[in-house]
Formats: sequence, C-alpha cells, structure tokens
Amino acid sequence: MPLVNFTYALKRFYPDLKSVNITASNIAELVQGLDKLYPGLKDYLVDEQGRLRQHVNIFNNGKLIKDKQKLSDTVADGDEVFIMQALSGG
Amino acid sequence: MSEKNLLMLGTRKGLVTYQRNGKRWNVRDTSFLGIPVSLTHVDSRNGTWWACLDHGHWGQKLHKSTDQGKNWEEVEAPKFDEGMEVKTGDAAAVRYLWAFAEGGSEYEQTLYIGTEPGGLFESNDGGNTFSLVESLWNHPSRNDHWFGGGRDYPGIHSIVVDPRNSDHIYIGISCAGVFETFDRGKTWAVKNKGLRADYLPDPLAEVGHDPHLLVSCPSQPDALWQQNHCGIFRSIDGANSWQEVTQQNGPAKFGFAVAVAEDNQDRAWVVPAVSDEVRVAVDNALCVCRTDNGGANWTDFRAGLPQKDCYDIVFRHALDVTGETLAFGTTTGNLFLSNDAGENWECVNSNLPMVYSVAFVERGT
Repeated sequence: MPLVNFTYALKRFYPDLKSVNITASNIAELVQGLDKLYPGLKDYLVDEQGRLRQHVNIFNNGKLIKDKQKLSDTVADGDEVFIMQALSGG
Repeated sequence: MSEKNLLMLGTRKGLVTYQRNGKRWNVRDTSFLGIPVSLTHVDSRNGTWWACLDHGHWGQKLHKSTDQGKNWEEVEAPKFDEGMEVKTGDAAAVRYLWAFAEGGSEYEQTLYIGTEPGGLFESNDGGNTFSLVESLWNHPSRNDHWFGGGRDYPGIHSIVVDPRNSDHIYIGISCAGVFETFDRGKTWAVKNKGLRADYLPDPLAEVGHDPHLLVSCPSQPDALWQQNHCGIFRSIDGANSWQEVTQQNGPAKFGFAVAVAEDNQDRAWVVPAVSDEVRVAVDNALCVCRTDNGGANWTDFRAGLPQKDCYDIVFRHALDVTGETLAFGTTTGNLFLSNDAGENWECVNSNLPMVYSVAFVERGT
C-alpha cells in the first residue's frame, strides 16, 4: 500500500490528519480512499469533476503526477505520495 | 424587530464582525482568519449564520454557525453533478459562491446559492444538501448568450425573493441579465426590457446584460434597482420594464453596489467608480450618491470620505443600509459608516483586507 503524507496546511481543517497507508492502484483511487478515512477531504483536493485543484500538487516518489484531470497515475506498494499546496496568493 | 447592531464583513483575510456600542463600532471578532470570505448571510427565520469561503487552494466551502459565529461547522458546498459541462468539452465546477438567499417565510428550510459558473443551487433541508436548479441551467439562452463578466464564466450574484410570495424570485446574472420565476424555479422569464448593453453588437439584445447588482425595496417589492455595467436602472413594475436613471453630468454612472431604502422605493445609494476601463474612485475622490426621487436627481455626498489620492472602489455586495445607517467597505480595506442616510461619513478602519461584502445583522437573531 502506498504511504500518503500531507502538507501541514490541511491540518487546520483536519486536525487528526496523519500519514496513512491507502490501498489503491492509482491516484484517483487513493483520493477516494482518503475521503473514506477523512470525509470531505476529497473536496479539498479535487473539484466535483475529479480534477486536481489548480493550486494543489500531488507527488509520487518525488515526482509530480502527470494526469491532473483524471488522476490516472499509477501507484504501487511502497510508493510514497505527498499531497501539498502550491505556493500562491498574497 | 431588534436593531441591527452587528456588521459582518466578508474580506480577503476572513470574516470580520463589528458590534455597535452606542455610536461607536468596534471589532467583535474575526472568523476564518487568513481565508477569503466572499459572502455572509444571517437567516432571518432561524438565526443561522452562513459564510461562503473562497480558499485559494482548497476550493469553495460553506460554513454555518448556530451560535452567532462562536463556532462554525462546514457543510457540503453546492456542486455540479459529475460529467456536467458549462459548454461542450468544458467541465462544470463551482468556482465561486456569489449569492446567498433564504427561501421566504413559506419555505423555512429553503436556501438558494448563486455561483460562477452560472448555477443556481437550492436546498430544501436547511442547507444540508444543495441541488442545481436545472430549469435555469437548461434555459435556452444559457449556451449562446451568457458569458463571463468580471469573472471567467457567467455568475449569479443576485437572488431576490419576493417577501409577499416565496414562489416569486428574481436573479441577476453577469452577463445575461435579470431572470424571473413565479413558480419557484420551474420556469424562467427574461426581464431585460429597457436595459442597454453598450458592449454588445446589439445593445438592446434580449440576453447578455450585466446587472452588477439587483436589489428590491423590501416594503415595495415591485420596485427594483440595479447598478448595471452601463448605468443605473430602476423598475417600478416588477422588472417588466427598466428605466435608466443614470446621472447626467455627474458621477453616478458606473459602479457595482446599489442599496435601496427599506421603506422608500425612491431612495437609493450608489458608490461610483470612473468606468469599466478605469476602476478607481471618480477623480481619485470617494463619494456616495443618493437619490430621493427615484433617480431623477442625484446628490453626491463627500463629507468624511477621502477627496484626494483615493483609489478605492466598492464591490457589489459591500454596501448595506439599515434605517438611516449605511456602511460600505472598499477594495483597499477601508470601512466607512454613516448615521444620517449617507450625508456624513466616518472611516471606522483603514487597515482592513480587501472587502468583498458588508451586511448589517440583528444581534440576537
């Protein structure tokens, strides 16, 4: 199972958020799995059409995922996924 | 009805609530510090506070409070169904919560939210769930005659529920215009007769107008006002016809906000900017224009407002009135208050974030 780590910024809205292993074969399934553990978290990461929000990044093993529309990038056991916010605003 | 002694500001850095103490207004508290709050609403039927959040990273969120802002609970914000499209190939996702209204005394659990892109959402369970009003989304004018104005997609920024009949609702869309339903959203009629859209090939087109804000007089709901992109317009026949009441040779022309007196359909206020190309205070001096005769004449009031080196403008939801008291917040973080129907003003705070919305609220509701 891939291990998912989160930006500290999400802890403001999910104080109990912590690194977690999720059973998934791609990023879309991983996001669905996270939403079951933390209801509503999906809406923070993707819009209602499943697209990654513009200012959210997901890295797998240090590389930015390629498919931000359908999140079809595959994940495997032992992968380390990092969900973070893009720096923006002022 | 108790006096409205609270003032809620939706700002770029949170919800700032002011409280009236005698003649003074002081900050009571701030919620959602650091997070943009596009709009707030207090349900007059049950006292629930609502806040629409525009996270830079995490999307549009909706929060409610049943203890006057002490504690907030996130509820699921409106969403388009999976697979829906604004236009072919362009997936529909809520980008901004731009209007909030309660459904009237006959439907105590009904709420409406207007969004960019152009979706009107309805809740009939007190805001626990929202669904798209498909009759409006499927209106034959939407695909070819609605377009973005100020935002990338068309947006619903005004929802006016008739206090005499909760099935009767007007909405304002930028850019499309004014739409009206008499059957609580089953069918819609276009109500743009008399408006003028100078930016269109045909300025008198049926659809494509830009009513920056649509409001009605609470005691005389057939009287509607709009600060339009192309001037100021008023209707006294329930939007069947609009008359332009833009000031000739004066500042009351372009702007975003308009307020109408609660008890007088002929009295209204606007806060002018130069024009759509130059969105700053007219002559770099801020004024509030008031008419007492339905727009036939306008008087600009300046006492207490900056009269030089001023770049402030006022967004569409950032002006409100209760009785003789008015308040507005500006794009450069000033909050001004008047206790004499807009004739004299005091700057309450010049260090606020950009102000998106201003609303007077009854304490204790």
